[in-house]
Amino acid sequence: MKLVTAIIKPHQLDEVKEALEAFGIQGMTISEAQGYGRQRGHSEVYRGAEYTVDFVPKTRLEVLVDDMDSSSVLDVILKAAQTGRIGDGKVWVTPVEDIARVRTGERGVEAI
Amino acid sequence: MSPTLVPLADAAETVDYAATTFLIVCASFVLLMTIPGLALFYGGLTRAKSILNMMMMSFGAAGVVGIVYVLWGYSMSFGTQDVAGIIANPFEKFGLAGTDGIVNPFGYEGYGNIPELAFVGFQMTFAIITVALISGAVADRIKFSTWLVFAPLWVTLAYFPIAHMVWGGGLLGGGETSLSGLVFGSTDGEANVAPIDFAGGTVVHINAGMAALVLALVVGTRVGFGKVPMRPHNVPLVMIGAGLLWFGWFGFNAGSELAADETAALVWVNTTVATCAAMLGWLVVEKIRDGHATSVGAASGVVAGLVAITPACGSLSPVGSIVLGLVAGGLAALAVGLKYKFGYDDSLDVVGVHLVAGLWGTVGAGLLATEGGLFYGGGFEQTAVQILVAIAALLVSGVVTLVIALALKATMGWRIPEDVEVSGIDQTEHAESAYELTARGGRIGGASGTAGARAPEETHDLEGAKG
Repeated sequence: MKLVTAIIKPHQLDEVKEALEAFGIQGMTISEAQGYGRQRGHSEVYRGAEYTVDFVPKTRLEVLVDDMDSSSVLDVILKAAQTGRIGDGKVWVTPVEDIARVRTGERGVEAI
Repeated sequence: MSPTLVPLADAAETVDYAATTFLIVCASFVLLMTIPGLALFYGGLTRAKSILNMMMMSFGAAGVVGIVYVLWGYSMSFGTQDVAGIIANPFEKFGLAGTDGIVNPFGYEGYGNIPELAFVGFQMTFAIITVALISGAVADRIKFSTWLVFAPLWVTLAYFPIAHMVWGGGLLGGGETSLSGLVFGSTDGEANVAPIDFAGGTVVHINAGMAALVLALVVGTRVGFGKVPMRPHNVPLVMIGAGLLWFGWFGFNAGSELAADETAALVWVNTTVATCAAMLGWLVVEKIRDGHATSVGAASGVVAGLVAITPACGSLSPVGSIVLGLVAGGLAALAVGLKYKFGYDDSLDVVGVHLVAGLWGTVGAGLLATEGGLFYGGGFEQTAVQILVAIAALLVSGVVTLVIALALKATMGWRIPEDVEVSGIDQTEHAESAYELTARGGRIGGASGTAGARAPEETHDLEGAKG
């Protein structure tokens, strides 16, 4: 079992979600995140005083998948999230030791 | 604004219902400027952790000043028993004694009879907003209790005297014994060159702006001023607040005619075009200097224009008002940077906007007045009187504010503890936070006197609190 985590541009979320649903993914979790990479931040001006905003709003998306799906899911997200401009984000895969569904108590792959 | 209210001896005289309706509606407009207009304008400009305290300073000022005005404020400002041209006897009309009659601000021109109480109500709203304006200079960092003691002291010792001096027939008015009467002489009891302050450039804006500067200096800078970002946390609130101020300002300026007549109509038009021009003036400066025309800039330009046209709105032509507004917006946009240069933390730019635009409006009225203005061939005398009156207001406001601020510093103290300021004044001064976006649960009870104090032993998760 694997956890696929993606940091994407917030306005790419719908496209990524639809692509994942088309692939057959049943559920996912998102959270609002802030961060920067090569993109760096941007500057804003209020009454003539300039402020540098380092952390840019991003969406963090997490999907639990079976081992054999992880590479394909990564590709699906990659393709859907890509705009080609700086700040598109990152996707990574980490191993997961165990999973439990809270309602039924199912464990492992059954709980995905 | 006509300073002398003529009491009507003839009992057969009745009120002018049009003028009375107009005045009561205008008074309500002016209250809307403070609550919620100014509260929102200032609240949006602060950081998210201190918006409630910022708004509470406007609400608190309204609570205290409203009561003080009825008790001795009106009597001190507009009473008939003048003391050296500086104040009127506070006990003459204490508690609004003897104000249930009808008065006429126009000296029997056949219209404009109003209940004195309508005038009281209108003037009360001016005192409220003037005090509330000052609070922008001391955002995020002062004790609410000290603010509530400062408000009645300042309004009593600075606002009422200056209101009396300018509008109540005192030193800064147009009477025989006024400053301008003494300098430029007088004819038949009227100064030859009467100062122009239609709706309160000196009384409200120079006064509040100077007090803001002094208070910012006495109270000191916020923790991290100039080092950590302190950008406005909710710009739409700033724009809503500016819009409400603009709307309410029609009551402030046009209402100051005290009757719905041709001057009130001129004032409405002048107030609007000066504000339009000031917004554009501010945006042009921003575009050239910073590269962008900003929303906060537009909202600030609106306020700067409204401030500048306040003293001048009854004396200018609409085209003259455009010139006045344009300069006001540009000047204020340049002035808001001064605090970083000089190191005083006038947090929300009361000095840059109200003091600078208020001074310009007062002096500009002397330059641009269609009767007696320098640019209309009237010579330099009117402008000289305007400068004189502005300096006098600056001095009175500055000295009185300094004394009150230092006295409170030595007794109650101004500042909240530094760690409290850093974590946010709302939670410690008011036990509230403005925004609950995380739905992070919690439980009922704890504080005394709440429903939770009697709640059963087991704690409840708030229903639906957990997503």
